[in-house]
Amino acid sequence: MSETKLIGNVSRRTILKGSAATTGAALIGGTFPMHFIKNAHAQTFRGDPGSAASVKLGFNVPQTGPYADEGADELRAYQLAVKHLNGEGDGGMLNTIKPLQLKGNGILGKKVEFVTGDTQTKSDAARASAKRMIEKDNVAMITGGSSSGVAVAVQGLCQEMGVIFMAGLTHSNDTTGKDKKRYGFRHFFNAYMSGQAIAPVLLDEYGAERRAYHLTADYTWGWTQEESIKAATENIGWETVNTVRTPVGAGDFSQYITPVLNSGADVLILNHYGKDMVNSLTQAVQFGLRDKQVNGKNFEIVVPLYSRLMAQGAGDAAKGILGTTNWHWSLQDAGSQAFVKSFGQEYGFPPSQAAHTCYVQTLLYANACEMAGTFAPWEVIKQLEGFEFDGAGNGPTLYRAEDHQCFKDVLVVRGKENPQSNFDLLEVVKEVPRAQVEYPADMFGGELGPYQV
Amino acid sequence: MDAIFLQILNGLDKGGAYALIALGLTLVFGTLGVVNFAHGAIFMMGAFCAVTLEKLLTLSVKVKDESVTFFDAYKETPYLELWFGDTGTAIIDWSVPLSIILAIPVMLLIGIVMERSLIRHFYKRPHAEQILVTFGLAIVLQELVKAAFGANPIPQGAPDIVSGSAAVGAIFGLGEAVVYPWWRLIYLAFSLITIGLVFSFLHFTTYGMVVRAGMADRETVELLGINIERRFTIVFGIAAVVAGLAGVMYTPVLPPDYHLGMDFLVLSFVVVVVGGMGSLPGAVAAGFLLGILQSFSSMTEVKDIFPGIDQIIIYLVAVVILLTRPRGLLGRRGVMES
Repeated sequence: MSETKLIGNVSRRTILKGSAATTGAALIGGTFPMHFIKNAHAQTFRGDPGSAASVKLGFNVPQTGPYADEGADELRAYQLAVKHLNGEGDGGMLNTIKPLQLKGNGILGKKVEFVTGDTQTKSDAARASAKRMIEKDNVAMITGGSSSGVAVAVQGLCQEMGVIFMAGLTHSNDTTGKDKKRYGFRHFFNAYMSGQAIAPVLLDEYGAERRAYHLTADYTWGWTQEESIKAATENIGWETVNTVRTPVGAGDFSQYITPVLNSGADVLILNHYGKDMVNSLTQAVQFGLRDKQVNGKNFEIVVPLYSRLMAQGAGDAAKGILGTTNWHWSLQDAGSQAFVKSFGQEYGFPPSQAAHTCYVQTLLYANACEMAGTFAPWEVIKQLEGFEFDGAGNGPTLYRAEDHQCFKDVLVVRGKENPQSNFDLLEVVKEVPRAQVEYPADMFGGELGPYQV
Repeated sequence: MDAIFLQILNGLDKGGAYALIALGLTLVFGTLGVVNFAHGAIFMMGAFCAVTLEKLLTLSVKVKDESVTFFDAYKETPYLELWFGDTGTAIIDWSVPLSIILAIPVMLLIGIVMERSLIRHFYKRPHAEQILVTFGLAIVLQELVKAAFGANPIPQGAPDIVSGSAAVGAIFGLGEAVVYPWWRLIYLAFSLITIGLVFSFLHFTTYGMVVRAGMADRETVELLGINIERRFTIVFGIAAVVAGLAGVMYTPVLPPDYHLGMDFLVLSFVVVVVGGMGSLPGAVAAGFLLGILQSFSSMTEVKDIFPGIDQIIIYLVAVVILLTRPRGLLGRRGVMES
């Protein structure tokens, strides 16, 4: 009876108003089919956790092969970051990074889970592993590293698939230069910064009248490091006698070292990393280069990219050798101390620079999601671009929008002559301020590409 | 001239390592007919004999560094130094040469156990299956070493007295600046002596003569009532000792890691093929030849004319030799040709 009366009282105008309101509500609530709206397809994205209670991150690190130890350290750092994001442990850098919107309740209220992959330090294996994590495990973000070749390859894949890649240890200028991608971000420093940081120290220690001989690993990272260090040392007056490319994993470098003896050079610059650096440095010392006098000066060896794990591998040969690193556990700022404390108490030894950058990258991604209020990568990218923060161990830091490279202080270090303990292998010679290592965003070319793919 | 002289030394040195590994490979192939892809892993295990002894000799009293608060960091002083003072320090200093004493029985045992427990089941199986099982064994061995020692290289020092360089230039009438590391010269001498000993064993002892007879005609030797299989087992052990000692002595040149064997394995197989499958003099000659060619191809003057030649020279030479002499330099008719 009342129903009939109600229908009877409804005017045409009321029905129109009601229809409009219903349509509006449906649109806001998201229940209306999206394909009726312009650009609606862009609202869906890979790695969207949807209504699930958790979000997955993909940790793609070398678990086998020559960088397995470094990869294991990266994985430890990632696991620690996940713990801190989920509110477990002492929180680490969640207490020091400013500004930070993370609350220790996961990311956007979702518990953080992770899957791991093995890059084997090979580009094809790393891409296959990343693809599996994206397609099978539906990860929202991929991170990992230890080789620039791998980083560039995985970054390209992530751009194609529309998943953010937070690079781990990669030092080639190309990663955020000619091969930069909208979906790729690097916290680690690069070869150009190493050159700018170390050159003034080399000038102070060894003078301007020097003749340098480069041995360079024959791949993207080696080439860009040679270019950057050569330019930086020539700027301080050094002459470059020769640059020689060596195959990656050569093992015995003797045939490349003997020509140095009679080249007239008085400095050998080793653009090698990992096992190659350990071998070439050890062998250069065996050939008596460090006991040599050339042009009336002591012969010197420089390793532009240094790490504690490498110094450990080279043993006594690393003592007194100058180089640069992104970070070192002995730093006394609040962020570094918080991280070293968490890591040290969890695992019983200090973190490597690779572990540090991986930990920071995970927190920065999580924070950007919180700031964006969504996991949609194009929104997260916009939050990371131009993000300025402090308290992560390298002073005030900028994630430059134009190339996705972090700008922060860089460390010049030296192999310690008299270590106080088994971990005390490097001493920080100088904390080089960020301003000294900055460069124009278009210097290394490249195009970031679109936000939506 | 100086540069050429140094590259010859480099080549001989490198060739010494190739020749020692290839010698063992050829010995095993010639006697047992097995293509042993685990031979590189044996070289690596030898190197880790040196690492193990060094770790034992440097067992230390750990004094905590109190300035480090978030984890335990230690200053380590070896017991040997505490107990025996300078004598203890000297023993640690000589750990690599001392490792030879440890490596001989250990590698002999590893070789014999490997042959008796696994390899002998594959004598009559196709070469492809032998390659698969020995390659699998190599992976297992290297993963075991990685689990025990980690993936990073572990530096081993030569004794102080020979850790510097020798002024070889002065001896040969070249410049004072022509120097070469003492330990590499010792390694070269060690290679030549070891190769000489293996050849002497095979040519001047009755045991060696029977082994050679077995290599040439196994059936006839067995018909004469000789247990040739047992002798071949011992030969496998000897090949393991040769590769193991080569590994021990190589540690001051190249800090060993678990992957060391694989790095040398492929090159050593190329050496064996170039030398001629089953030919011991061929393996040695090819080892030195390829070592020297690799060194010369790395010279800037050569690379300016042929860029990248240093990375392909070994394979290029292998292709040329196999095209012109399909059995290798000193290969015999009938080996792997059935």
